[in-house]
Amino acid sequence: MTVRVVETPFDPSAELAAFCRGRTDVGAIASFIGLVRDEHGGERILAMTLEHYPGMTERQLARIEAEARARWPLFDVLVIHRVGRMLPGEPIVLVATASAHRAAALEACAFLIDWLKTKAPFWKLEETPAGARWVEARASDEEAAARWER
Amino acid sequence: MRIRYFAWLRQRVGCSEEEVELPAEVRTVGDLKRWLGSRHPRFAEACAAIGVVKAAVDHEFADDDRPLAGAREVAFFPPVTGG
Repeated sequence: MTVRVVETPFDPSAELAAFCRGRTDVGAIASFIGLVRDEHGGERILAMTLEHYPGMTERQLARIEAEARARWPLFDVLVIHRVGRMLPGEPIVLVATASAHRAAALEACAFLIDWLKTKAPFWKLEETPAGARWVEARASDEEAAARWER
Repeated sequence: MRIRYFAWLRQRVGCSEEEVELPAEVRTVGDLKRWLGSRHPRFAEACAAIGVVKAAVDHEFADDDRPLAGAREVAFFPPVTGG
């Protein structure tokens, strides 16, 4: 298990290459990479700053990861979330899951990003040509997370 | 007790954290919201909009009826937008 909050750019390709390297029991790795876009709601995005709540962030990510492991047979999980100021094109988050078969890996990966988006204390501040604005939570994210409630 | 504010709530209140001595009648997260609102009018404004101000007690999400007994840190913040 690895959950990391990082303040500098990270390389998802290198992280994925190292994930489960050397293991021969893994039959499926699923991953999600979230990137900073240069447009949101018709406005140009110059940069994005991710604020978080140190301490609570790590605790909530570990809890979400434990929930995924309780629901699916996973060999390993990797969650990396960037904080601070970043530019369009840069990775914000990487979630990867490893299992024997694809269904568990794919479902667990979708679950992890859905719950992370609604249960981990991160906040996005966008810089636009008109100034900075805080991103509002979306109902569709709550709905995506709710489909995993049971 | 330490109170922390995040994102636009931090900007509205004008500080990221403060140490407070709670009066005995402040027993729950809801009580604390009302008490802090009397000190920070803009915090009260934000709390008046239902669902906008979330809380965590010692790093765990907490509803308004969560008791504060034994708590060391309470944080208030808008709905999260990570990922």
